[in-house]
Amino acid sequence: MTPAVTFQQVSRHFGQVRAVDAVDLEIQPGEFFAMLGPSGSGKTTCLRLIAGFEQPTGGHIEIFGESADGVPPYRRNVNTVFQDYALFPHLNVLDNVAYGLMVKRVGKIERLAAAEDALKLVKLPGYGSRRPGQLSGGQRQRVALARALVNKPKVLLLDEPLGALDLKLREQMQEELKELQQSLGITFVFVTHDQGEALSMADRVAVFNDGRIVQVGTPEDIYQRPRTRFVADFVGSSNVVPPDFVQRHAGQSRWGSLRPESIRVGAAGGAGVAARVISSHYLGAATRLALDAEGLRLHAVVPAGVPVPKQGEDVTLSFSPEHLHLMDEAGQ
Amino acid sequence: MRSDRNHRAPLALKIAAGAGLLFMHVPIMLIFVYAFNVEDRTYQWPPPGLTTQWLAVTWNRPDVWQALTLSVKVASISTAIAMVLGTLCAAAVSGSRFFGRETISLLVILPIALPGIITGISLRSAFSLMEIPFSTWTIVLGHATFCIVIVYNNAVARFRRTSGSIVEASMDLGADAFQTFRYVILPNIGTALLVGGMLAFALSFDEVIVTTFTAGQQQTLPIWMLEELVRPRQLPVTNVVAMVVVTVTLLPILIAYYLTRDGDQIAGMGK
Repeated sequence: MTPAVTFQQVSRHFGQVRAVDAVDLEIQPGEFFAMLGPSGSGKTTCLRLIAGFEQPTGGHIEIFGESADGVPPYRRNVNTVFQDYALFPHLNVLDNVAYGLMVKRVGKIERLAAAEDALKLVKLPGYGSRRPGQLSGGQRQRVALARALVNKPKVLLLDEPLGALDLKLREQMQEELKELQQSLGITFVFVTHDQGEALSMADRVAVFNDGRIVQVGTPEDIYQRPRTRFVADFVGSSNVVPPDFVQRHAGQSRWGSLRPESIRVGAAGGAGVAARVISSHYLGAATRLALDAEGLRLHAVVPAGVPVPKQGEDVTLSFSPEHLHLMDEAGQ
Repeated sequence: MRSDRNHRAPLALKIAAGAGLLFMHVPIMLIFVYAFNVEDRTYQWPPPGLTTQWLAVTWNRPDVWQALTLSVKVASISTAIAMVLGTLCAAAVSGSRFFGRETISLLVILPIALPGIITGISLRSAFSLMEIPFSTWTIVLGHATFCIVIVYNNAVARFRRTSGSIVEASMDLGADAFQTFRYVILPNIGTALLVGGMLAFALSFDEVIVTTFTAGQQQTLPIWMLEELVRPRQLPVTNVVAMVVVTVTLLPILIAYYLTRDGDQIAGMGK
């Protein structure tokens, strides 16, 4: 099957800054693909390279098997939902959504009907006559989505689309986006710095750091088997443990990662690692503990219903060896 | 609604505001009165008598028509040039980052900061160095230097307020550069261009200093007026011209005011 998007050794350098550096990537058709990384890691530049707003300084990009070299944004069958939504302030919602069809010279009746359908798809029917300025953040987001989807793109690019929404709305939009993607079967490429968002929505995740992809895999892969300390640190709040700790508990001198929820906290004096509670944070469904174990700062999560040790109390930590994941690289 | 709607301004403030308005507008009214003065050599108050004969006299004076035509021509051409170049320059400066951007921005604005007399002298010496004879175009060139600034400043301010990503959004949705300009950029900067263009026109229309250096023997309307005042002959004719100019310029200003009164309603977007 032809991949939806292919990157072959793609670089985008701005003078001395290597925003994207020799990235290889294949995104499959119909996939929900997340690009995850801290700000400045190159994920947004990758998105802009697919959209055509940036041209690579090196390497080669293909979209559905066709070379994208030198193809301007308006000739790519790819649409973007912008971080700030970028709705046209001078047009009403319906004309905003119909814009892509208007510039392609689709007749007025036909394009307004298509725009109304797209608004129904994003659950905003009847909002057509309003101005973008009269909408809430969540509604603008939906209009931006409808405006992109009305063009029936082969690939939909989403640049931190949920960043400006409050938590509750964000969770609701996450579900809706996922459902929308599954029902439409369009390839979604989603840029985010929120690991929770990437893990919960994506079929596959690419973790970016310093212009390079550190690891690509399913959310489970990324979360359970981080390849490097950076991934372990960035994706979820894993405990990164140094080689001497791993040596003692798994018999190998390599960096390891240990998820907070795989650590069991028991009474002092039991078999395992002696530790002291530094602080505890009540999270509702669980309590998160900061612990001092053999001079190492670890985090553990105690589910609700289990007695929680107090601050300063001595405890014993235990975990099954298979939860101690060994990483390939010590570096970034 | 604003909470201070119902507060009444103190009397002293009302009087001060009224006096200020009177101070600005009574002299203009006086010009109107003197347009109907029977006495044609001096301005005396009260006017000895009123007549409408100067309207006909003015209408039949070919020098008035010549000066008026030249002024309108110069103002229209300089405004047109300024609209094109000023907008392009503003788009370049606000739309991208490049080496020397700040310098270009400063150089474009400089002519309005420079005293007109400097602009005038430098242009005049440049013309004589290059042996360019004075013509409408030398005046236009002089006026365009400051007209561009007006349009540029208005356009740059609007570009700054307009999110840059809407241009990308337009391209992303399939619009080429021309369509993006027509459907997105123009509607968003339209009112700023209209205001900039009108200001530029008005500035060019009553410009004296730069014009005296670049006009040679030609007379634009303000220069014609100055000369009329120096050697009084049918003095009220000047006032009639001034009156007509005020009335005629008031019209586009009212239209522009009407068009731009709604902040988010942009003129000409009812498609």
